[in-house]
Amino acid sequence: MQNFIDAYSWVNILFLLDGLWVTVEVSLISIIASFIIGSILGVLRYVKIKYLSAIVGFVVDIVRNLPLILIIFFTYFGLPHLGFKPGILFAAMLAMTIFESAMLAEIVRSGILAVDYGQMEGARANGMTYVQALWHIVFPQAIKKTIPTIVSQFISLIKDTSLATIIVLPELLNHAQIIYGQNSAFIIPMFLMVALMYFVICYALSVLSRILDKKLA
Amino acid sequence: MWYILTHYWSELIQGLGYTLLSSLIALVFSTIIGTMFAIFEVLPNRAMRIIGRIYIELFRNIPLLVIAMFFYVIIPMYVAKIDGFTAGTIGLTIYTSSFIAETVRAGIQSVDTGQMEGARSNGLTYWQAMQHIVLPQAFKIVIPPLGNQFINLVKNSSVLAFVAGFDLMYQGNSIASLSLDTINSYMVVGVFYLIITLPLSYYMRHLEKRLA
Repeated sequence: MQNFIDAYSWVNILFLLDGLWVTVEVSLISIIASFIIGSILGVLRYVKIKYLSAIVGFVVDIVRNLPLILIIFFTYFGLPHLGFKPGILFAAMLAMTIFESAMLAEIVRSGILAVDYGQMEGARANGMTYVQALWHIVFPQAIKKTIPTIVSQFISLIKDTSLATIIVLPELLNHAQIIYGQNSAFIIPMFLMVALMYFVICYALSVLSRILDKKLA
Repeated sequence: MWYILTHYWSELIQGLGYTLLSSLIALVFSTIIGTMFAIFEVLPNRAMRIIGRIYIELFRNIPLLVIAMFFYVIIPMYVAKIDGFTAGTIGLTIYTSSFIAETVRAGIQSVDTGQMEGARSNGLTYWQAMQHIVLPQAFKIVIPPLGNQFINLVKNSSVLAFVAGFDLMYQGNSIASLSLDTINSYMVVGVFYLIITLPLSYYMRHLEKRLA
């Protein structure tokens, strides 16, 4: 029991919160970037522009089917060999954004496909151009339909930021490792606290997505 | 790329073997455990439902890496000596089982309740009805999402690299540091992963279309 009291000293908790902040920061920026890029890629794949859509589809499929850890390694250790040396924070965000954009592209595309085609026809018949109909009529409905899936994808993104400990991104898990590296009696308290912090954030988000889903449905 | 492929062929194949082995073991056990907790969640018994809910929500919302590291660091200290592969596979199984439980639960609940009622009124016990009537129909519905879970499982098995599990990602790292050719090493590893995941994901898409 004393272990727990010692482990949860103010200094340690503040250090963990410091790590949590990096986790949140990386997650938030990657979420925003990947939502924008993913939506664009999803729409591009849907609209069937000759060659372009096929290429986008191919790249999205490849990225989706690779492990995120591999992409993190690639951005951090691989890119310097191509003449571009990203910092740890940037490499982590870049890897998360690449991976999550591909995941979101597929979610957005399936959302668009799920919108009744009559919506598009109706909008076109009312004088909208194809792009206007897509942007004002079809896309908003597609996003509404896929909100639960998108939120659960964001939850996995937050969990996946822990993988960036491998390139020593100073996030939550990394800070916990630093603390229990100094005193092995702190291992169990640290793991429990880290698990709790992740759980609180992710569970809160999943509850939020359920509420959103009910409100929008 | 060719150089990496020919010089480190045996390491790559070994890594592929461990990745597949870990994924398959985790698939079998997480399907069993996941189905168990999914049934817990639809039981009339309130206490069991709560246990099922807690298990699913708990392990769905904690990163896989934290779970795997927990087993890798703590079990050898207090319980038994296990290697990284075992610890990683246990973590993978527990993490995936919570997702499978959620999928199967949705499947069970989408089976019309009339099926259960009909089976019960024909004299089957609750468990007989569950086993012979409800579960087979539920599994038919959840095959495509289960397939996607398996693809995730193969990708997620790369956390074994963190716990010295000798999987493909682990080998890829050691090849990258041995050959100093990071780009090509990671590309070769990527191709190896795609060989497993890409056909599976196209097959699942095909299956989804056919069943829809």
